[in-house]
Amino acid sequence: MAPVDAAMIHDITGPLAVRVFREMGGERVFDPERIIMLFDHQVPADSIPAAENHVFMREFAKEQGIHNYDLLEGVCHQVVMEKGRAAPGEIIVGTDSHTCTYGAAGAFATGIGSTDMGFVLKFGALYFRVPESILVEVEGAFGRRVGAKDFILSLAGDIGADGATYMALEFTGRAMREMNMAGRMTCANMAIEMGAKAGIVAPDAATWEYVTARREIEPFDLAGDPDANYQERRHYDVTDLAPQVAVPHNVDNVVDVTEVAGTKVDQVFIGSCTNGRYEDLAEAAEVLGNADRFADGVRVIVIPASRTEYLKALRGGLIERFVEAGALVEAPCCGPCMGGAFGLLAPGEVSLSTSNRNFRGRQGSTQASVYLSSPATAAASALYGEITDPREV
Amino acid sequence: MRVWKFGDDIDTDAIIPGRFLTIYDPAELAKHTFEGTRDEFAKEAREGDIVVAGSNFGCGSSREHAPLALLGAGVKAVIAKSFARIFYRNAVNTGLLPLVCPEADSIQDGESVVVDIAGGYIEANGRRLAIEPVPGFMKEIVDAGGLVAYAKNLKEVKTCSTK
Repeated sequence: MAPVDAAMIHDITGPLAVRVFREMGGERVFDPERIIMLFDHQVPADSIPAAENHVFMREFAKEQGIHNYDLLEGVCHQVVMEKGRAAPGEIIVGTDSHTCTYGAAGAFATGIGSTDMGFVLKFGALYFRVPESILVEVEGAFGRRVGAKDFILSLAGDIGADGATYMALEFTGRAMREMNMAGRMTCANMAIEMGAKAGIVAPDAATWEYVTARREIEPFDLAGDPDANYQERRHYDVTDLAPQVAVPHNVDNVVDVTEVAGTKVDQVFIGSCTNGRYEDLAEAAEVLGNADRFADGVRVIVIPASRTEYLKALRGGLIERFVEAGALVEAPCCGPCMGGAFGLLAPGEVSLSTSNRNFRGRQGSTQASVYLSSPATAAASALYGEITDPREV
Repeated sequence: MRVWKFGDDIDTDAIIPGRFLTIYDPAELAKHTFEGTRDEFAKEAREGDIVVAGSNFGCGSSREHAPLALLGAGVKAVIAKSFARIFYRNAVNTGLLPLVCPEADSIQDGESVVVDIAGGYIEANGRRLAIEPVPGFMKEIVDAGGLVAYAKNLKEVKTCSTK
């Protein structure tokens, strides 16, 4: 068993973890200060059972002395990162598959189920298999309006939906070093879409700047050994990478945007733990430029990933631009990505989304289609009402 | 013991869609298993039926509602060429048996299969197919009937140094 430095639970999978903790005979959690609780999937409560879950979790937090961010702060992975709850070398688990996002902070972070979490709440430790690692060397420099999301989608297409099952992806290379934290979070976030247990970016000056701004911690060196034994080394050069799109109904079904350009879209969603940060919204707003309106007949839903990111976007004038152009801007939450709260699709409808999954039925009807892209491609497509190459706008 | 055959990359959204995640009772979850992608499953699955699939079964969301829904439907084991990591753990933890069978593709929908855990094989229409053993420590959890039962008798855990 390995000790756990932090454990994250939210409104969907948390209640079951708490029930399991009780069934295991749990009375007091191992350390309330190491538990991060918040609500993001069904907020504000969209049903009476969801509201009951929130009440149940609030009461547990109060009873155990756990700090509860409740529904005020935003999407779990963004909140954990921006509150400085993840740092290099830590072991972090969360009852959400995209917990691997904290690999951007140099943490070993992985998603677990509720029964595993019940065990963690009680014992502060969990059984793990040490994963093999795939070294992903990303060289070159991104072209105009091409970035982290395009790279990680192309990697998913290359490695496949189960190509990294049970393994850790270690990202390195010039393009990673030059990537901001928002982009690194996008990459680490989608490691799970290749089956990986973790996606880690070796900490550098940018990591430490981000982490030390959020908690008191002395930077230290943490890197793969020069003679580390990797399962595999993969080399990529992003210099000529085109904007990428994952087409229905699998995340590894990835093509250049040019192959699907012209596909009509009914809804465009810009947000989620993958692409709901200020940098993502700024990327979308830059493509929007001075255009008056998004295309007629397209519902554009913009959801900042957290209250902090929302405020940055608000103060930067981005929110005003989106609303002027006809977008619906919602309060920070998982939104349509969760496929149960709001923004659902009818049979036959098509959505282009900056989130991380396009499984059949993920955003509503199993007869609907979901495409995945970067914020730049999403914004360009929202402007024209069809999937559009952002380099052409 | 009928086989419900599925393909590759069956994700947990397909097993139990996001809109049902406020349900925690396996019997209630079972009513919505594969809703929208294979509606007859919830109606016709019987106690002891077996799900057989290709590679990467249970990919996607960490929702434990997925193994719980299958258990609620009476499924005791899932046989697949490979499993997604979180689902595999969730299945073991909740007492649903995930069996890795490299030849799972050769099993047909509607067939009947017999699982012999101790013998390390399954029998499908007279054919004997090998299954891989549950790895190391997880066998103890399987033998206990899940992680809750395993943890109940546990006073403390021994941890390794990770620094």
